[in-house]
Amino acid sequence: MAQIFHRSTNTIAKVSLFGGVLFVGLFFWVYSSLLESGYGTQQGIARAQPVPFSHEHHVAGLGLDCRYCHTSVEKSATAGIPATQVCMNCHRYIWTNAELLAPVRESFAKNQPLRWTKVHDLPDYVYFNHSIHVAKGIGCASCHGRVDQMALMRQNAPLTMKWCVDCHRNPEKNIRPRSEVFNMAWVRPPHFGAEAAKLVREYDVKPQITCSTCHR
Amino acid sequence: MRDEILSAMELETGRAASGETPVPGLGPEPASAGPIDLAGLAEVRERLAARSGQGAPLWRSLDELAATPTFQDWLHREFPRQASEWVENPADGLSRRNFLQLSGASLALAGLAGCTKQPVERVVPYVNMPEGLIPGRPMYFATTITQGGYGIGVIAESHEGRPTKLEGNALHPSSLGSTDARTQAAVLGLYDPARSTTLRYIEQSRGWGDFAAAIVAEIRALEALQGEGLRFLSGAVTSPTFADQMTAILARFPQAKWHRWEPAAPHAARAASVAVFGEPRETTYDFTKTKVVLSLGADFLTQGPASVRYAHDFAQGRRPRTDGPEMNRFYAAESTPTASSTIADHRMILAPAELEAFAAAVAAGVGVPGVASLAVPEKAKAWVDAVVADLKANAGASAVVADPHGSVELQVLAHAINESLDNVGRTVSYRPSLEVDPVDHVASITELARDLAAGQVEMLVVIGANPVYDAPAELNFGEAIKKAKSRIHWGLHDDETGELCQWHVCGAHELESWGDVLGHDGTASLIQPLVEPLYGGKSAIELLGVFQDKVDVSGYDLVHDAWTARFGAEGDPEKLWRKALHDGVIPVPPPPAPPTPQDPTATGTPAPAPETAAAPAAVPAATATAAATAAQAIGARAAAAKASASALPLLFRPDPTVGDGSLATNGWLQELPKPITKLVWDNGLIVSPKTAQDLGLTMEGMAEIDLAGRKLEVGVWVQPGHADSCATLHLGHGRWKAGPLGSDHGFNAYKLRGADSLGQAVVAVKPLPGRYVFANTQNHHLLESGAEEYKTATEETKIRQPVKAMTVAEFAAMKSGGHGEGHGAEGKGEGHEAATLFPQTWEYEGHAWGMSIDLSVCTGCVACVIACQAENNIPIVGKEQVLKGREMHWIRIDRYFAGDLDDPQLMNQPVPCMQCELAPCEVVCPVAATVHSEEGLNDMVYNRCVGTRYCSNNCPYKVRRFNFLRYSNRDVPVLKLAQNPDVTVRMRGVMEKCTYCVQRIHEVKIDAKVARRPIRPGEIVTACQQACPTEAIAFGDQNDPAWAVTGWKSQPSHYQLLEELNTRPRTTYLAKITNPNPQLSGAERS
Repeated sequence: MAQIFHRSTNTIAKVSLFGGVLFVGLFFWVYSSLLESGYGTQQGIARAQPVPFSHEHHVAGLGLDCRYCHTSVEKSATAGIPATQVCMNCHRYIWTNAELLAPVRESFAKNQPLRWTKVHDLPDYVYFNHSIHVAKGIGCASCHGRVDQMALMRQNAPLTMKWCVDCHRNPEKNIRPRSEVFNMAWVRPPHFGAEAAKLVREYDVKPQITCSTCHR
Repeated sequence: MRDEILSAMELETGRAASGETPVPGLGPEPASAGPIDLAGLAEVRERLAARSGQGAPLWRSLDELAATPTFQDWLHREFPRQASEWVENPADGLSRRNFLQLSGASLALAGLAGCTKQPVERVVPYVNMPEGLIPGRPMYFATTITQGGYGIGVIAESHEGRPTKLEGNALHPSSLGSTDARTQAAVLGLYDPARSTTLRYIEQSRGWGDFAAAIVAEIRALEALQGEGLRFLSGAVTSPTFADQMTAILARFPQAKWHRWEPAAPHAARAASVAVFGEPRETTYDFTKTKVVLSLGADFLTQGPASVRYAHDFAQGRRPRTDGPEMNRFYAAESTPTASSTIADHRMILAPAELEAFAAAVAAGVGVPGVASLAVPEKAKAWVDAVVADLKANAGASAVVADPHGSVELQVLAHAINESLDNVGRTVSYRPSLEVDPVDHVASITELARDLAAGQVEMLVVIGANPVYDAPAELNFGEAIKKAKSRIHWGLHDDETGELCQWHVCGAHELESWGDVLGHDGTASLIQPLVEPLYGGKSAIELLGVFQDKVDVSGYDLVHDAWTARFGAEGDPEKLWRKALHDGVIPVPPPPAPPTPQDPTATGTPAPAPETAAAPAAVPAATATAAATAAQAIGARAAAAKASASALPLLFRPDPTVGDGSLATNGWLQELPKPITKLVWDNGLIVSPKTAQDLGLTMEGMAEIDLAGRKLEVGVWVQPGHADSCATLHLGHGRWKAGPLGSDHGFNAYKLRGADSLGQAVVAVKPLPGRYVFANTQNHHLLESGAEEYKTATEETKIRQPVKAMTVAEFAAMKSGGHGEGHGAEGKGEGHEAATLFPQTWEYEGHAWGMSIDLSVCTGCVACVIACQAENNIPIVGKEQVLKGREMHWIRIDRYFAGDLDDPQLMNQPVPCMQCELAPCEVVCPVAATVHSEEGLNDMVYNRCVGTRYCSNNCPYKVRRFNFLRYSNRDVPVLKLAQNPDVTVRMRGVMEKCTYCVQRIHEVKIDAKVARRPIRPGEIVTACQQACPTEAIAFGDQNDPAWAVTGWKSQPSHYQLLEELNTRPRTTYLAKITNPNPQLSGAERS
């Protein structure tokens, strides 16, 4: 009886065995790269908003402090999105007829809130708290980037768990003096390592990486 | 898995169609499951009787004693029926092949599910931010929750306008910072999907304006007749604003009448006070001063408007510590087991007639004039002498508390005993009823029914009452009400009464409306809205406004104007108003109650104590006469009862969770295991094992009750600890128009209950064929309790005791003689040297969170269970799922019986997660979804959990709960509003458990760190701890001696549950300490 399988079957078997493993590996590599890319994390993607609000103009141009609008950043888990009233504090006097601001005026007049699209959107099972990070000398720009240079708001960091934990393990990489927390332009001076370690001690920074720190 | 599609909202009743068929959809039951053979318990009974007293074996249920296969299944397998489903019943359930197919498909789907990206979410800020609000932080407002007409002060937590949690208001005397289960559940009442959402006329929805216009036109006509034919019906009312309005309305319509019907009000207590004082008075107790308390069937620590306060005060005298105060003594004699009696030093079960005779004997013993001692049962004889001696020795510092639902004679005797012991003015005080115009409810509803039947009622306005469901049966209210020409119903639900009314006005919940109410001691407090009415509802006072031609006056104006007018004399009214709103109590006394039959001494303050307290106090003549009459009546009744031996006394009592039935729509309360019986979603005819045998009844069998021709078929629940020769049926079930959760559960006791049998009736009971399946949690989540061992144990063998108990004398010996046996010792667990396979031990540099629970004061009132449920977004699962052991409560109250089958002692043990140092759950999780935290918690990471359930299998305490289905209801939008935003809402396939309210820990930690200060001792309070009226739970940092919990853990009575397993739990217990009377402890168990 003739052989059922041709000699080449050996090769095919080897190729499919190793190829299969390679393929699965490749698949996972592509998959995880995709997840970690901007496609997966939304990093660097600007979002369409009902009003094309420019942080660049308001922060760099006009010199508004972050806390003028994000009032609860030092007191609460959330930094707070300003009420329409806050916009109208100024815009009832300036740019009162600007086309771009029509939704704001309408919101104020009709008492209907503006519906912004969330740019920094953590999953619902993550309980991030702004107030503690600000209090421990983590600057706004450390996570949100140079907001003063963003005409349209985009997500600066990947906001993955790996990224969070990196900093929780090595807070001295990102710590800055409390006085500079809201300073967008602060640049970490060269050879800041020793100073950073000192700040970590001084501010009693003991970031936990226990699960319940963020997941409850 | 075919029943997986049943959502928690689509509940089926457990009523079996016929014969022995169990509820469909349950999967196979163990082969020989069926009624317990009560006769077969004879041997067990003997063995138990032989080992009563200290160290008596603990057992949980008759199943356990009978060692039924069902029980064995519950004990040895985590989820017995579910686990065996696909193996044992391939034809009906899931075959192995199907299982593999499904597993494969789920794996593939799980992979795909990982590919989904987060949906785009919106942020919606305010247009104008409310003053004082910080986004992401809750705000707190003081308000009041009303039950049965009386208020309990609460602090409501509001997240961006959504009230999510109620805590007790420390400034309110009825609360002192804690709450009961019903108050905790009130927040779900706001979001109840069964609430009526529209004002309607017949079948059409109408606006408030349409309604007001129609009514105003109708009452113009009635005004000409001076209101002839206009009738109002409400429950008990203490609200001063409501009272003022009603007074004005009755002045405008002099012929109109205001009727009252509160089905579970203490009618007997009122009647007794009329018999004794000639007017309705309320009795209040000061348990901070009592050294000896005798309860005659009263559940004063968990039921009634004052129970939270009483439990708080009473517990102060029951915590012997190394440096603690002397312990009080508590005797409980009762027919139906109450939660209060679980912490009694001596508990005796007596049939109702025996209880009355016992009361008469005690009255005679303490020297109430004119009362002759009656024959008491043999077992109670020693008791009478001991109790009388103890009461006499503590005259002026004792209290006798009678069951307010018991017989009138019982109450009268209690009053006379208290008078005789000189307790009145010291520990017991009387005060005119706080109810506005305290009429006799029974006479009032009877008069209304009579006038309705006679066609004399033109317009009936029903305000919050539900007489069609709960009025005395012989009044046939459902028929009578149809004779009124115009019927208006106001309520949160379009219920059984609403159904028969042309107009239904959709009511506003207390968290949506303005109002005022009095607490148990007469303290007035305001009710303020936390949120705009969800469905545009109106409050009761706004409804009354229509009858005052104040259609458009808001509830705020009604309450505000009334109080600022009263404040006028006391200072700046607006300032006082703001203070009253802020504090939750009104700083001035409430207005005097409208005139009632006068008694010049009725001043609202306790009667002054007699000057000379040495001699037995003179019992006022009226009291003595009433007591003598009562004793005679009891004697006569006992003689009559002997003549008709076939009759069975049946007690009607409010349900321990859903009360009179008005809360039946509340899923949290329905699924709350009732103290003692541990039944959920149902009531049943509760009888003792012996009586069940005598009457031929079987556990979960059916029976027919015949009360003077009124018949009701009920399921039978055999309950150890219930008195023989009597039965109990709880009110509040068997509703038929209470939404999907409230309807068609249990049996409607109101079908039997007549005006002359509100608390007790004599009935005939006969067994019927058929079976009724009760959902009961007492055999779920079992520890190996030792009841297994006792069968082979000799007298000397030590038996595993989950609840450790000791007498106060033993405790004193331990504290003077160093730490004795049964002591958990080092408390933190680090001191143990026992062998362990665990690779590492933990070091805690910072905080080390721990909890300790004092079993001496745990009444098992289940307030903690609901508090936990509200705080941690715990779903309800429905009766079907509870039958499978899938209830989700993170803290359960284990109820143990000790000793004798026919007269057991009762014990409670709350069991939350133990947060073990060497946690068996952590090592078996394949995905590290449960891990040890740096502060000693067993963190549970929902988003990592893949649902293997290994952790739950490996947990010796059985405290982990698995989401077999999507239990959290995300289909009903209004229920989303009830969720606590600080806690993840768990999805299907995820394990969950107690986390020591880790969200609260982190909130406080972060606040302290931001403020650059250390956490203050006592600053972190878990939800269960906060709710507990007796302060039985301590939580805190074990590394810091300034926290109370550290002190508790150094007590000699401190122990760990299942210590021999060396899991080193963080949750520990203080042994149950009792203070038995040495005179009784020889003859009696303690």
